[in-house]
Amino acid sequence: MATKQTKTLATFMVAPSVTMLFLWMIVPLGMTIYFSLLRYNLLDPGNEAFVGLENYSYFLSDPDFFTALFNTLILVGSVLVITVVGGVLLAILLDQPFFGQGVARLMVIAPFFVMPTVSALIWKNLLMNPVSGFFAFLSKTFGMEPIDWLGDLPLFSIIILVAWQWLPFATLILLTAVGSLDGERKEAAEMDGAGPLSLFYYIILPHLARAITVVILIETIFLLSVFAEIFVTTGGGPGLATTNIAFLVYSQALLQFDIGGASAGGIVAVILANIVAIFLVRMVGKNLDT
Amino acid sequence: MARHITTQRKILVTGGAWLAAFIIFFPVLWMFLTSFKTELDAFSQPPSFLFFDWTLENYETVLERSNYFRFALNSIWLALGSTALGLLIAVPAAWGMAFSPTKRTRGTLLWMLSTKMMPPVGVLIPIYLIFRDWGLLDTRFGLICILFLMNLPIIIWMLYTYFKDIPTDILEAARMDGATLGKEILYVLTPMAIPGITSTVLLNIILSWNEAFWTLNLTTIDAAPLTAFIASYSSPEGLFWAKLSAASTMAIAPIIVLGWFSQKQLVRGLTFGAVK
Amino acid sequence: MKKFIGALLGASALCATASVALAEKLTIATVNNGDMIRMQGLTADFTAKNPGIELQWVTLEENVLRQKVTTDIATKGGQFDVLTIGTYEVPIWAGKGWLNELNGLDDVEDILPAIRAGLSLDGKVYAAPFYGESSMIMYRKDLMEKAGLTMPDGPNWEFVRKAAKAMTDKSNEVYGICLRGKAGWGENMAFLTATSNAFGARWFDMDWNPEFDGPEWKETLTFYVDMMNESGPPGASSNGFNENLALFNTGKCGMWIDATVAASFVTNPKDSSVHDKVGFALAPDAGKGKRSNWLWAWSLAIPSGTKKNDAAQKFVSWATSKAYLELVASKEGWANVPPGTRISLYKNQKYLDAAPFAQMTLDSINAADPVNGTVKPKPYVGVQFAAIPEFQGLATKIGQIFSAALAGSKSVDDALAEAQAVAVRTMKKAGYIK
Repeated sequence: MATKQTKTLATFMVAPSVTMLFLWMIVPLGMTIYFSLLRYNLLDPGNEAFVGLENYSYFLSDPDFFTALFNTLILVGSVLVITVVGGVLLAILLDQPFFGQGVARLMVIAPFFVMPTVSALIWKNLLMNPVSGFFAFLSKTFGMEPIDWLGDLPLFSIIILVAWQWLPFATLILLTAVGSLDGERKEAAEMDGAGPLSLFYYIILPHLARAITVVILIETIFLLSVFAEIFVTTGGGPGLATTNIAFLVYSQALLQFDIGGASAGGIVAVILANIVAIFLVRMVGKNLDT
Repeated sequence: MARHITTQRKILVTGGAWLAAFIIFFPVLWMFLTSFKTELDAFSQPPSFLFFDWTLENYETVLERSNYFRFALNSIWLALGSTALGLLIAVPAAWGMAFSPTKRTRGTLLWMLSTKMMPPVGVLIPIYLIFRDWGLLDTRFGLICILFLMNLPIIIWMLYTYFKDIPTDILEAARMDGATLGKEILYVLTPMAIPGITSTVLLNIILSWNEAFWTLNLTTIDAAPLTAFIASYSSPEGLFWAKLSAASTMAIAPIIVLGWFSQKQLVRGLTFGAVK
Repeated sequence: MKKFIGALLGASALCATASVALAEKLTIATVNNGDMIRMQGLTADFTAKNPGIELQWVTLEENVLRQKVTTDIATKGGQFDVLTIGTYEVPIWAGKGWLNELNGLDDVEDILPAIRAGLSLDGKVYAAPFYGESSMIMYRKDLMEKAGLTMPDGPNWEFVRKAAKAMTDKSNEVYGICLRGKAGWGENMAFLTATSNAFGARWFDMDWNPEFDGPEWKETLTFYVDMMNESGPPGASSNGFNENLALFNTGKCGMWIDATVAASFVTNPKDSSVHDKVGFALAPDAGKGKRSNWLWAWSLAIPSGTKKNDAAQKFVSWATSKAYLELVASKEGWANVPPGTRISLYKNQKYLDAAPFAQMTLDSINAADPVNGTVKPKPYVGVQFAAIPEFQGLATKIGQIFSAALAGSKSVDDALAEAQAVAVRTMKKAGYIK
């Protein structure tokens, strides 16, 4: 369908964003690669020296590295599953006509408005605290022993907290996508006697495929660098239970001010993120072209 | 639009949806309630839901202590500035890629997303040095650029997805009717794309609003937004729970209001689509 | 009316431009603790005495502030004229030549010697203390009495453990002892490092070899973990200062060992439900001549990159002077003056009357020694930290390991072995040891 003219035009329209993003990527990336080859501690200026790949070997041989990598994958994976499944269900539910639709939708989206540090503080102190938190109150009301969320189930708690933050995002995008589904098609299917399940499976889900893909890809990017929530609640502990790659890089950059090491960590994180992305695209990427 | 909906079903859906909404909203609600408690009540167990001594003391303290409006204004500037800039650049790009895809489109899209993969803390020092040398530290302009570039891939992705949903045969029909490109965009594409654009704008504003790494590390006073305002109330030494809740409520209030309006816009956009 | 307002606006705009042309604007970075917030409220007094100097405040939470200020000073960003930093940063930064020497401070001899020692390098003062703190025991007199015990002024750890056990009543949610457990160099490690001093431990020997494999650290950590398991609250491994303060204020803790500044919070009837039942005692010892209390002072310093050194010096002198203490006292009462910096304050009867915890705060500060705080000699400065750039990151990692030992997901032996390995690795990378 596209004529040559529109093709040229399209290239012209895409060009500015590509150029800008390219600069935004290449300049800091170049500097980071350069720093990653230096012994460079911010607190010890004037003593920079070229050390080759030493920073990388320290970062990769850190015994914490693999635990952090594993935690990162668990965190990203679990939050993705929760938010996508929850988001699809919520989107379908909220798409139905009901009383007070606008307010209820806004309430579902609201957690997304809260800054990460603040929601971490709310969950840690007002909800999950085993002595004075709201969940402890619930447990006691039902005659159960309060759970020490952040002490006994640290990673699980972080997953819940992060999933709570990102569920609105998934819902928002999927809701818009559900809304664009042709009412007539749904109706026709219903007329044909399709039950709600097969309606969901054959009509709604395929229609949502691309939106789900986008949710997964975008969320993955953000979830790989979850940091504030961990810093505020557990400080990466107990042990390494909640240390992810982002927290590891943080402790290099802003606690040790080891810029060489942090840069190496940053580059490793970029490579890992790209591997994850390629993997994801293999799994869901075909939805993008349809 | 004439879906036959029984009242019974509607009531059932209402119940379910409100229950879900309430559970998800509860932590925010709890924060809101806490902002009206005294610091001591905020921690009492069993917690009091509505029957405590409501006080505005926390809000008074917060307003007295810091210049809320200066922070809020900066946040609005940053959010709107970066979103406007983002739309300006992203709409054409997404349009081009959605309606005139080439072999490279998918690769370009993925590459764009990959520019977001660097953990910010890893590039803090390079960016800080650049900002220092160009005199951009603590300027709104510098931060708008950063936020714009950070969110650009996301905007393009979302717009691309929504544009892709628009059936191309309608566009072709319009073209057959002799519509020019400008008219095609204005009268055919835009109305259909409004819900998508609205959620993209909303999302981008939220992301800019909540961005707490660059906005904290690259500003001091003139450009400091609400994230810095919040950072002056959370503290590892000192129990300012109710005050923090009040500050947080004030920090999200503008964006909740915006969400309320755009929610209506969203709904209208959706019905528009159904009427066509 | 409109005209009048217009004229007023015009006039004030004129004034504004005029004063901008003349005034030097000082940008002051400070933490959001109560005493600094009060200082911010008293800006007018300074500007009245120093026309031509305007103050701009950047008030932030301590971790964020530390990041920003460090990034700025190390890259010579030049965004601040006055910094609020702690006793950890001062020796390191002064050694790098990043801070200007302070001259013209009000009565330097009056500053508490322990604090002054922590803020000086080679006899020169590089930062002026704004307020100082140590740590001490805060305990519930009523619970102590109920348990049939009396708290001595300077208890030892065995007594604390026994008392904690006696005060604990888990079915009523009363826990004998609340201590920091959240991982972080300023969280559990500040407490544990200070505690380890009493047990004779140190971070490094004189050749910078880490000592976590020694018997002293083993005794420290075993004691801490066992006592917390016996009498501590649930969820202790994620409790920091705020969490423990909340527990104590709602009557859930028998004893709490933490910063002396907490004393004014737990005795404040507005915030605390146990405000009239709190007693104070020195942090415990273990019969080895050193106590488990730390020393910290939030202090004002001037980065060497500033172009407004004179104005900045004036400000630092004003904020840390005796006159400033009186100013606060006249506006907010003696109980609210920034504590722990001046000898004269603790001789002031009005202050001693207003603050029941004053004497104990002073004794605690005097009992801490940043240079000779350990039983065996050490190569670093600092009571609850080692003033080397690597400490923050290293202690945070070790803090995670120790918090796992507290949560029970690691044994004490494993935790110490891991801590030792991490410490050796870090010190090797930084070039202290081969």
